[in-house]
Amino acid sequence: MTWLGKTQLARRKALWGLALILPNTLGLLIFFGLPILASFLTSFYHWNPFEGREYAGLSNFIELSKDEVFRKSLWNTLKLLAMVIPGQIILSLGVAILLNQRLYGRVIFRTAYFLPVVTSTVAASIVWTWIFQPRYGLVGNLLEPFGLRDTAWLTRPNLVLIPIAVVTVWQRLGFNMILFLAGLQSVPRILHEAALIDGATPWQRFRYITLPMLSPTTFLVAVLSFINGFQIFDQVFIMTARTLRGGVNGSARTPALYLYEKGFQDSEFGYASTIALALFVIILSVTIFQLRIQRLWVYYESEDAA
Amino acid sequence: MKDTPHWAILPWPAKIISYGLLAFGAVVMILPFLWMLSTACKPPQELNKLPRLKPWELHQMLIPENAVCRENYDRLYERVPLFNDYLRNSALMTLGRVLGQFITCTLAGYGFARFRFPGRNILFALCIALLMVPLQAFIIQEFLLIRDLGWRDTFYGLIVPGTFSAFALFMFRQAFLQIPVELEEAAELDGANPLQILWYVMLPLTTPTIAAFVVITVQATWNDFLWPLVVSNSPDTRVITVGLALLQGQRDTPWNLLMMGSLLATLPMVILFMILQRYFIEGVSMTGVQR
Repeated sequence: MTWLGKTQLARRKALWGLALILPNTLGLLIFFGLPILASFLTSFYHWNPFEGREYAGLSNFIELSKDEVFRKSLWNTLKLLAMVIPGQIILSLGVAILLNQRLYGRVIFRTAYFLPVVTSTVAASIVWTWIFQPRYGLVGNLLEPFGLRDTAWLTRPNLVLIPIAVVTVWQRLGFNMILFLAGLQSVPRILHEAALIDGATPWQRFRYITLPMLSPTTFLVAVLSFINGFQIFDQVFIMTARTLRGGVNGSARTPALYLYEKGFQDSEFGYASTIALALFVIILSVTIFQLRIQRLWVYYESEDAA
Repeated sequence: MKDTPHWAILPWPAKIISYGLLAFGAVVMILPFLWMLSTACKPPQELNKLPRLKPWELHQMLIPENAVCRENYDRLYERVPLFNDYLRNSALMTLGRVLGQFITCTLAGYGFARFRFPGRNILFALCIALLMVPLQAFIIQEFLLIRDLGWRDTFYGLIVPGTFSAFALFMFRQAFLQIPVELEEAAELDGANPLQILWYVMLPLTTPTIAAFVVITVQATWNDFLWPLVVSNSPDTRVITVGLALLQGQRDTPWNLLMMGSLLATLPMVILFMILQRYFIEGVSMTGVQR
């Protein structure tokens, strides 16, 4: 028992510690660790309920690299991200800046902007499907002056990603607004005061103090939007359910939806695991890449002090 | 905002513009809720009206001429007799996961925060590494595991994998690390064992973290869709999000009933948010910092 500690007290404490962490660690091992490992291994197998499991080497990966459907789903995600990330940053930063002043009814505004965060994506997507319904929906009626009344947003391959991006931004805006508000609160006041003495205009103070000091938050919002963007599933599943799931010609299919179709509709466990691995590698590598990039341009106060 | 310095107070024209922009944005954010509410109370013949309204006549679209909330409610239950069961199943799943995570993660958080044992740092690093792996990366295998355990279409399948969490572990460990060690030492001298110390000393001092944990977990579980969709397809264990998705998938479901269903599924979280708003906001700051 000496490996636990030198004194009897240390050994007793070590045993207590191990006992305390046991349930969660064991659970994480069984319900997260094992499936993650098995998923990695399964991507090297052909496996479905009808033909059984058979080692396949890299053939799943070769197939995936030529898979037009998968490639299109990645392309769809990039198009979604091109709308979601800038929209998310500009809108939530804008609202946070407006809210970060002495105003009556701040709490009411904050409630209104945050409310979509707590609603389920499924219910939100159903409501937005109805909003984007051609002819009878809210969007069609409001955009009638632009001739968009009968636009079939959800069945036109070149438009279908717009409603999906709108729901995504609408639902996450409040979340990112809170992050930006926390960031704004932490900008040292002394910087603004020093700039005032130097005669800086409000715009200059925003451009040269607030914005650089917020760069860690902006970066965080971008990374979170990216990670979430590559996992978009609920919105697409629901919003294209009534027309054609995944959109006409797969114009709204995301990698997560493709994974679901391959794994749970076609029961191709091996190939679906390969898709999952690819998805994971993309998310992980871009996260690592962005973490390296941020050292170059994100301003951290602690670096300055060092 | 009480201590806003004088130079940060905007001149009145800028202030009016701020109010205007914020109010416009708030209306846009709330509009889907109003549209949901109004459609949920519209009779079928009002759904397909073509009003050709100007934006300032919006209220005409939002206020039903003949509100039939009660009839739509009844018709929803005629169409989906088990709707209340779905709501109940969601509530059970939520309760199970929150309680389970609370127990496993406060224990583990305390263990990692205050006890020295061999392999502690490696085990903790492994747990935290799990945070980087999204469910979708291993959902096939997770499903197969649950299937092999015979837990498909059971509450075990819905709840048990959700009772372990690296995120909650991290949250509670951080909270416990903030508490001065002296308090525990005093309790130890009085002969309290670690479980008693956790319950009587540590947890009462971490109520804000507990509240944030509860609202985050309740919200995430109630709104969970992908996992229940995969693991539970029988009516007995169907949760509300899956029930709604099925209703939406039937092309002949009229929109007023769908909006009524969405309303009933959303209402519990909206009410919870109105009451515990502070903890939701604090929860976001905590998650943001953690990621």
